[in-house]
Amino acid sequence: MNSKNLLVTKGLKAFVADFEILHGIDLAVGEREVVALIGPSGCGKSTFLRCLNRLHEETEGAHVEGSVVLEGIELYDRKSDPVALRRRIGMVFQKPNPFPSMSVFDNVAAGIVLQGVKNKSVLQEAVERSLRQAALWDEVKDYLDRPGTSLSGGQQQRLCIARALTVKPPVLLMDEPTSALDPISTAKIEELVAHLKEQMTIVVVTHNMQQASRISDRTAFFLYGNVVEYGATREVFTTPKNRKTEEYITGRFG
Amino acid sequence: MNSLREVHRPDVSFRWILMICAWVAFLLLTGFFIFLFDLGFPALRDLGFNLLTLEWNPPLKVFGMVSFIYGTLLTSLLALFIATPVSVASAVVLSELAPGKLAKALGFLVEMLAAIPSIVYGLWGLFFLVPILRETVMPFVQKFVGFLPIFGGPIYGVSVFSAAVILAIMVIPTITAVCREIFANIPQVQRDGMLALGATRFEMIQVAVLDSSRSGIFGAMVLGLGRALGETMAVTMLIGNRSELDFSWFAPGQTMASAMASEVAEASGTHLAALGMVGFVLLLISALVFYSTKWALKGSGR
Repeated sequence: MNSKNLLVTKGLKAFVADFEILHGIDLAVGEREVVALIGPSGCGKSTFLRCLNRLHEETEGAHVEGSVVLEGIELYDRKSDPVALRRRIGMVFQKPNPFPSMSVFDNVAAGIVLQGVKNKSVLQEAVERSLRQAALWDEVKDYLDRPGTSLSGGQQQRLCIARALTVKPPVLLMDEPTSALDPISTAKIEELVAHLKEQMTIVVVTHNMQQASRISDRTAFFLYGNVVEYGATREVFTTPKNRKTEEYITGRFG
Repeated sequence: MNSLREVHRPDVSFRWILMICAWVAFLLLTGFFIFLFDLGFPALRDLGFNLLTLEWNPPLKVFGMVSFIYGTLLTSLLALFIATPVSVASAVVLSELAPGKLAKALGFLVEMLAAIPSIVYGLWGLFFLVPILRETVMPFVQKFVGFLPIFGGPIYGVSVFSAAVILAIMVIPTITAVCREIFANIPQVQRDGMLALGATRFEMIQVAVLDSSRSGIFGAMVLGLGRALGETMAVTMLIGNRSELDFSWFAPGQTMASAMASEVAEASGTHLAALGMVGFVLLLISALVFYSTKWALKGSGR
C-alpha cells in the first residue's frame, strides 16, 4: 500500500539442522501496513515470522541465510546484536504468555525495565499508555498488582500486546494471536490491530481466512516453504493468480 | 441381566488383589511407627522428658537425644545450603545452556551419582575429602573467621562440617534432577516471550526459568532435605560419633541416624529402648518433611 518499504527480506532461508524450512523468501512490507501470512500448517509462516526478530536462531541447531533489512539496517549483519534488535520489534504469540511471576504492571513494564528504565513515574506512564493502546486499561487499572496470569485468556493476550507495545516498536509481529481465544476476544484483538496500524507495521500469521481478509492490507500465501502469492488482500482473496492459492482459500486443502 | 454381571466379575477380583497390595504399604508404614514406639516405650516410661535433654551417656543411663536432633538438623540444613546453589546452577546448565547431546550425557552422569551406594561416598569422604578439609579448608577458614564459635576449637577432620559436605554432595544429584525436570516443563513460549522482549540469555533464565519455578525449587530442596535427614552410612563414617553437643561445626558430633548405626550393636535394655525412641522421632521428622514436600509441590502445580 505504501511506497516506502520498512521491512524487506531477500532470499531468506531458514534451517533446523540440515532441514531447509524456508527456501529463499523475498517479501517487502511497507510502513503502517498490515500483512497477513496464510498457508497450511507446517508451511513455514511462523518460522518466517521468527526470522524477522532473529528468534528462530534460538532454536537448537537452527540457522538462517539471506537478508532481512529493517529501516535500512541489515539484521543478519555480523555486527547486529539480536538482543538490541528484539528490543525494537514487538512479538505476540499464539498462546498468551504473561510471565507468571509478575504482576500485570510488571508484565507490561518488563520491556523497558530490561532497557534499564527505573524511574517509577516513567514506568507508570508507559504502562498506562500501553494498556490504553491495547484497550485493556479500563479493565485492569484497579488490578495492576495482581498476577498477570489471573486475567482471562483474552485479557492475557491483550496484556501481551501491551507488553510488546511498551518499547514503542515500529514493527509488531503476531503469531496466530487469536487462535486460542473466543470470538469476542478475537474481535477485540482485530479491532486493536486496526487501531495499531496507524502507528506501526504489523505482520500477522493467521489460520483464519476471514481474519486475514478483515484485518490485512496485503496477504502472502505460504506453501512448502515458499511464498506462492503475495499481493493486495482483496485481490488475493477475490482473484487469486495462482491455482494453489485459490484452492487453499476456498478450503479445498490445508 | 445375569450375563451382563458375569463379564464384570474378573474385574472385581483383580480390584481386590490391587487393594491388598495397596494396603501392604499402609500396613508396613503403620507397622514401622508401632514397632519403633514399642521398642522405645520402656525408655519413654522410665525417662519421660529426660529423653529431651542434652546429655547422652549410656554407662550412666543418661539418654538425652537433643544433641542428635541438633546434629541431624544442622548437618542436613548445612548440606542443603551448600547443595542448592550448586544444584540449581547445574540444572540451569543442563536445561538451558548446554547443547542437547552434551546435556543428555551430563544429565546421565548426574543421575548416576544418585545411584552410587552411600558406603562409597563414605569411603571417599573419609580418605579423600576429610584430609583436604582438615589440612586446607578448615585451617583456612579458621584463620579468617576462627573467632566465631562455629568455626572454633581443635580440628579433627571428622566433624559435623565434613558430614554436611558429604551430605551436600549426596543430595546434589537429587535436587539437580528435580530442578531439571521442573525447568524442562516450563513452556518454551515463556522463554520466547522474554527473548522477544530483548532479554539477554541470562535475563531470560532469571525471569522465565528461575522466577517462575521458585516453589518447584523449594520442593526439590525439601526432597533433598528428606534424603539428608535419614542418610546414615556416609555420615556415620565422617561425623566422628561424639554424643556431645558442641557448637563448633569443626568438632565431631552425632546425628540421630549415626547414633543408631554406631551404637545399636552393643546396646541393650534402656539404652536400646532409647535408641528406639531416637528412631521413632527420626521417623516422625521424616514423615513431617515428606508431607511438607507434598504440600510444597502442590503449590507449584505438580
